[in-house]
Amino acid sequence: MTSFAAPALASGRRMPNRWDGVAMLLVMGLLIGLVDVGRSTLFTPLAANQTATIHLDPSYLPFYALRTTARMFAALFCSLFFTFTFATLAAKSRRAGLILIPILDILQSVPILGFLSFTVVFFLNLFPGRVFGAELACIFAIFTSQAWNMAFSFYQSLTTLPADLVEASRAFRLSSWQKFWRLDVPFAMPGLVWNTMLSMSGGWFFVVASEAITVGNTSFALPGIGSYVALALQQKNLLAIFYAIIAMLIVILLYDQLLFRPLVAWSGKFRFETTASTATPDPWMLKLIRQTRFFQAVFDTIGGGVGKVFRLRLGAGSTVQIDENRQPSRVIDILWYLIIAALAGYSLWRIVGFIAGSLHWSDLGEALLMGSYTMIRVIVLMSIAALIWVPIGVWIGLRPKATRIAQPIAQFLAAFPANLLFPPFVVAIVYFHVSPNIWLTPLMLIGTQWYILFNVIAGAAAFPGDMREAVANFRIRGFLRWRRVMIPGILPYFVTGAITASGGAWNASIVAEVASWGSTNLHAQGLGAYIAQATAAGDTPRIVLGVAVMSAYVITFNRILWRPLYAYASRRTTLG
Amino acid sequence: MDQAIMVDAPLVTVRNCRQAYHKDASTDLIVLDDVNLTLQSGEIVGLLGRSGSGKSTLLRIVSGLLKPTSGEVKWRGQPLTGPAAGVAMVFQSFALFPWLTVQENVEIGLEAQGVKKAEREERTESAIDLIGLGGYDTAYPKELSGGMRQRVGLARALVVHPDLLLMDEPFSALDVLTAETLRTDLIDLWMNKKLPVKSILMVTHNIEEAVLMCDRVLVFSSNPGRVAQELKVPFPHPRNRYDPAFRQMVDDIYGIMTRRKPPTAQAAVAATGFATPLHPISTNIMAGLLETLEGKPYDGRADLPALAAALQYEADELLPLGETLSMLGFALLEEGDLHITQAGRKFVDAETEERKQIFAKILQAQVPLAAEIRKVLDERWNHRASAVRFRDELEDHMSPEYAEETLRTVIAWGRYAELYEYDEEAQQFSLEEEDEDEE
Repeated sequence: MTSFAAPALASGRRMPNRWDGVAMLLVMGLLIGLVDVGRSTLFTPLAANQTATIHLDPSYLPFYALRTTARMFAALFCSLFFTFTFATLAAKSRRAGLILIPILDILQSVPILGFLSFTVVFFLNLFPGRVFGAELACIFAIFTSQAWNMAFSFYQSLTTLPADLVEASRAFRLSSWQKFWRLDVPFAMPGLVWNTMLSMSGGWFFVVASEAITVGNTSFALPGIGSYVALALQQKNLLAIFYAIIAMLIVILLYDQLLFRPLVAWSGKFRFETTASTATPDPWMLKLIRQTRFFQAVFDTIGGGVGKVFRLRLGAGSTVQIDENRQPSRVIDILWYLIIAALAGYSLWRIVGFIAGSLHWSDLGEALLMGSYTMIRVIVLMSIAALIWVPIGVWIGLRPKATRIAQPIAQFLAAFPANLLFPPFVVAIVYFHVSPNIWLTPLMLIGTQWYILFNVIAGAAAFPGDMREAVANFRIRGFLRWRRVMIPGILPYFVTGAITASGGAWNASIVAEVASWGSTNLHAQGLGAYIAQATAAGDTPRIVLGVAVMSAYVITFNRILWRPLYAYASRRTTLG
Repeated sequence: MDQAIMVDAPLVTVRNCRQAYHKDASTDLIVLDDVNLTLQSGEIVGLLGRSGSGKSTLLRIVSGLLKPTSGEVKWRGQPLTGPAAGVAMVFQSFALFPWLTVQENVEIGLEAQGVKKAEREERTESAIDLIGLGGYDTAYPKELSGGMRQRVGLARALVVHPDLLLMDEPFSALDVLTAETLRTDLIDLWMNKKLPVKSILMVTHNIEEAVLMCDRVLVFSSNPGRVAQELKVPFPHPRNRYDPAFRQMVDDIYGIMTRRKPPTAQAAVAATGFATPLHPISTNIMAGLLETLEGKPYDGRADLPALAAALQYEADELLPLGETLSMLGFALLEEGDLHITQAGRKFVDAETEERKQIFAKILQAQVPLAAEIRKVLDERWNHRASAVRFRDELEDHMSPEYAEETLRTVIAWGRYAELYEYDEEAQQFSLEEEDEDEE
């Protein structure tokens, strides 16, 4: 089991600079633009009722599951397209990269869940009166949860291409199209597949959250598992929720076994290493594909066709020499900076105009206060999760047999959309009359704690055998063993898992701090609830404010805690 | 070789070629200075020199990958503006695509030319067979040994039927026996006219390899890279390494490569001061070489080619080592010989602690950078100094890579000599506490 650094960490040693500020302005400006388009029609009732009739009869579930899965893959396709274009542009053009990368960095910290309502309205307006608009809105929501880290991973790979292979591609005059498919994509493949898997895991959460949406007085439901659960909640049908959970379990099991395990194993072939590593057994599906004549024939045909496309000599062959003495044109640089500055200035002006009309400084204070509540929740939860999962993860990781059993389960659980598990909690809170402020909290981490577990397992499993023997030989035990050996040994892995978990927890707070059961509504004090309530009320300035404050919290968290910690861990705990 | 006689127009002509890296603050860093080269059909030409002599840069200029700062490069009489169709390259690191099979790797140059599938497969097959890779078609590079990988690299270059084959230290990543097999195989194919190439230009830092394979050798001097001498190799193939004339030529080239020696080490240091790049040589290796030199059978004086052969070092590794020892005053380098000095003997005879003290004294006397760091630390009230200022000063005189290497070296040497300590996290030099009342 290999683990890759979370993309948010990858630019760890990059110092925050003014480009980050500019990027923040641009992203916020873009979101406000989206809000504007959305708001202009928010309170006009939609032409037709776009709510499909959802049935709680479990016999509909296979069809709903299929629809949900189809949305997932549509979004995945869009994310891949975005990844290939956006990241390539950012990597190949110095000027574009200057601004695109900070934008990507901000985007992956923005809790997109808070903006669901606006993207929904935006797409509904594009195709008024048709279900297609709602479908697109849902797909877009999933896309926004998947695309950023995939693009980041791809960009990372493009900037670390091995110099000799780049030179060989140039010397043998591969066209830019050929180089893209022969060098760029294969080199990026292991990281990209891994990040796609993380994205898909996150995506299930979003697809469930975005199938049934109410914004102000507009609401719609698309046939799918998410809508099914939403209806079950409304009708207090616990049995239906149970069915939905079972259906989702089966879907994820299938997707995991049929697609992702084979894909991850297959992507090992692209790992850039010069020695053959110890082979892990192929997942059964990959074995089936590789060893069955029928599948071989199918995949050979596909491969042949794809190969033909990859070989096309699109784009000029590299006939250009590298001129190390060429200075970039100052004039174009300055022009480019001016354009970006103008856009940022315009964004700032729009943001101020947008907020000044309806918000007061006290609103900012309130949002910050709410944010600090949520932050305390995240910190407490993370600490508890670390205390529970680090010892368990290390215990498992040091035992190869246990690792083989536990690792796939942890990854599987990470993919399971946690919001399907909320209802039982909510029912319990309502039944026992306990404080939602405390008891809604665990929901935030229910889905993402598994990232901590499986990264720690991976870290412990990768712990070098000779060091383990040295520990045994010198009889290093107890607290000393944890302080000097195990914790430093797994730290980079832990941080990788923890950043995913904590980022996910912030995002999840938007759906976890507010819950309902029939007509009973529960909410905790916090920024997530703040955003959720503003959404329900159609109070756009507060949504923007809430999302901006949450982004700021997440970015600050990353910058002052996770990145330095990761940089420290990877510097100090690796040899050479 | 007789076939080196001019048949038609030269394949490549390079005139007054110069490559410099522009630095904002100070003078340009010159990598290549006023280099001329003419390549005819039918000859193997070697570019021989130390690392940093710009020979690889020249190869990349000839290949069209890199544009020289000034000078004229012509390919078959036409100015070169990019990677040319008739040129193929073999890389030191092999540069194989790990996700492609042997066959797919070999095919890639043909794919780039848009050669149709049937022809592609046929040519690939024959290149694979020619180079002795038959049966490995479907293997991935990581399943192959180093020697087999470089055969793939060769097949990939040959399959496009280039007029000019460029090889960038093609055998230096291989072990001695494998490298020798590949060299002989290649020369055999060349002599039997089975290679679909007209001429070969190879970069090497291995003197014997150059004399063994090339018809003509251009010996480069370093800093800046210049052609120090051009030599014709008159021996017919197959050549015998133990032939006295062969040995003499190797000896002569060692002489040429060590010639640019300053009168005394001290004068050179004083003249250049801070600007001397330091070779990253560990104190263990220095001590080991001094002990070897002092012991049997050398008794304090060794012939470099013999020493290189005995230690399995290449000229490229041995020369910086010899130069470092002579800069520190432990040994003297002259006319292809290395002999130990009084200081070197004293060092060899000393115990661990004493060696450190000797080394500390020498560092302060002979390495201005180390002396300067120590002086700054002594002067500061808190005995701390950031490494950044020293790196910046170094970068005024050398490329960032050399500056980094020099700084690393002076850190390692200073640590060994217990002259100062270094904190990697803070990038800071400091003095050891009890060190203060010493000296």
